[in-house]
Amino acid sequence: MRFLLVEDSEDLARAVASRLAMEGHGVDHAATLEDARHFLESAPYDLILLDISLPDGDGRDFLVRERAARRDTPVIMMTASASVSDRVSTLDQGADDYITKPFDFAELQARCRAVLRRRDGAADSRRHFAGFIFDALAATLTIGNETRELRARELRLLEILLSRPGQAYSKAHLIDRLFSFDEEVSDNAIEVYVGRLRRKLEGSGARLETLRGVGYRLIPE
Amino acid sequence: MRRLARLVDPTRITSLRRRLVWQFLVLSAALVLGLFLTVGWVADRASRASQDAVLGAAVTAITEGIRSVDEGLELDLPYATFSMLGAMGEERVFYAVTVGGRVVTGYDDLPGPESPVLDMAPVLWTADYRGARLRLAAVGRPMLIENRLQPVTVILGQTRLGQAAIARDTARSAAWAALAFLALALPVALLAAQAVLAPIRSLAEVMGRQGPRDLRPVRHRTPRELAPLLGALNGLIARLRAALDLAETFIFEAAHRIRTPLSLVRTEAELALSETTDPATRIRLRRMVRAIGESSRSANQLLDHAMVMYRTDQFAAAPLDLAALTRAVARAVAPLADMRDIDMTTSGLDRPCGVQGDERMLEIALRNILDNAVKYAAPEGRIEVSLVQEDGQAVLAVADDGRGLSDDPVQLVTPFRRGGNVGDVGGSGLGLTIVTEVAAAHRGRFRLSPRKKGGTCALLHLPLA
Repeated sequence: MRFLLVEDSEDLARAVASRLAMEGHGVDHAATLEDARHFLESAPYDLILLDISLPDGDGRDFLVRERAARRDTPVIMMTASASVSDRVSTLDQGADDYITKPFDFAELQARCRAVLRRRDGAADSRRHFAGFIFDALAATLTIGNETRELRARELRLLEILLSRPGQAYSKAHLIDRLFSFDEEVSDNAIEVYVGRLRRKLEGSGARLETLRGVGYRLIPE
Repeated sequence: MRRLARLVDPTRITSLRRRLVWQFLVLSAALVLGLFLTVGWVADRASRASQDAVLGAAVTAITEGIRSVDEGLELDLPYATFSMLGAMGEERVFYAVTVGGRVVTGYDDLPGPESPVLDMAPVLWTADYRGARLRLAAVGRPMLIENRLQPVTVILGQTRLGQAAIARDTARSAAWAALAFLALALPVALLAAQAVLAPIRSLAEVMGRQGPRDLRPVRHRTPRELAPLLGALNGLIARLRAALDLAETFIFEAAHRIRTPLSLVRTEAELALSETTDPATRIRLRRMVRAIGESSRSANQLLDHAMVMYRTDQFAAAPLDLAALTRAVARAVAPLADMRDIDMTTSGLDRPCGVQGDERMLEIALRNILDNAVKYAAPEGRIEVSLVQEDGQAVLAVADDGRGLSDDPVQLVTPFRRGGNVGDVGGSGLGLTIVTEVAAAHRGRFRLSPRKKGGTCALLHLPLA
């Protein structure tokens, strides 16, 4: 997916962009509303992450203008104040959702997905690999004529493995990305999801391989 | 005396209305007294003038009746004149006729005029005679007596009893009229005070109608004299609004400045976590990320709690649809549930459910209830949100299939108190306190109860509108 991140703190923007890139997303960074307008004019985006206070204005006013001009790229507001009035007002002004800083990336990911699902998908969310088609928004795996439903964590696991096929991911790394940091998770929790995904991938021409002492990777058979 | 002075002292009267009535009455009394004295004085003068006219006419008539005859003078007392003089009650009349300063007839000790009276224009004066005050008139006329032209003077005196009686009568009537005016002044004073104070009352009413959170300037047509008061009031409102705006901007700015670097720390920590394989470093970084999550959650809840306390103090209920609000909050929480593969179902949210309440407070309460359910539901568990309307109450039930309750549910709502079975799940211990306070402010109630099949059910009762 292609994100436009509108955030004035250079450091935070860079870190968020790296973190989103880790998920396989492309990110452009605009430090001002002016920049954001240029980016939006030159390329289509799947989602805008919009900060509220920016050096050249209020993100909410920008949002109102965008919506008034019938430009309806989904927007998730990043609020730093977390007061209810902000939450309510951002939604009234046409934001699709909001997230409070500092945010949990698992939550951001979940919110982005929910927004895009509600908006009935933006860009093509389907991905071909080996003998299956993976649709992250629909949460389905299609093998031939058969469509298999994926639960949220199976989907996340497949997404991570698919972002760099063939690369091995450690259990610990997968746990960090699959679970929210305030959940209590045992090291073996990941095995449950690996087992389930493996079953759903049966007959797909791809294999979820266990590398003893290293982790897991997805490879074509 | 001092007590009376205290009673009348207008600065001691706290009611403006009473003060106005008092002042009006005191002023009326002074006016009425003045009027009474004036009437008395004018009446006295008028009766005196009429007595003088009668006396003058009488003395002239007597003098004209004097004829010079051979034996001397012949005096023909005109009785009609005397009866006219006696008409004013029990008057006594005295007279004296002098020729060349010698009394020839009448009371020879009757006081004479200061200087000899020589013509027919009556001279009038007042003197005491035989224990009574007399009004006296005299005219003079030279007459040929014993072939000599001699001055003849006639003095006529009359007691003043009748004139005093007239003055007394007039004074009495005037006093009654004054009392009647005073009696009339009281209701008039009350009415006048009412009318004068009406604009103040209507201004107070307009201000009273303005809601507790309404900091717009008061717009109201007032008399010119109240304009400075209204101006001062609107000035105060403007200053208050500016102060509140400043505080809000300050909190917003402070939160922004703290949260932005915290976001950076958290993101960098997550990135570092993905790049390191060293188990000890990983544990440290995980702890760091968790602590940041914890601190921001606590900050949110403290702000929510402060907001709920503030809004409870200024509670202003408005009609709202609890079903729509629950739908909105459920939608906001859904991604969090989905992230954990928790199945969230809702029922009864398609039917409008009108309650009287503060939308922001209820949003905070619902969010806390649902966040709690997501946090404590079993992995890949279920949350059932249902809204029913029964016995004039809206009952929102949020049931999860999690670890249930290890502590007395009543104890759990005390601030910063967390259950003994929360394990690793982060939290500030304020969520349930917030929900309970919101419920109480809406005259509803909140309780947690264990479910038979395991898990917890949170029940929020609110009175239906």
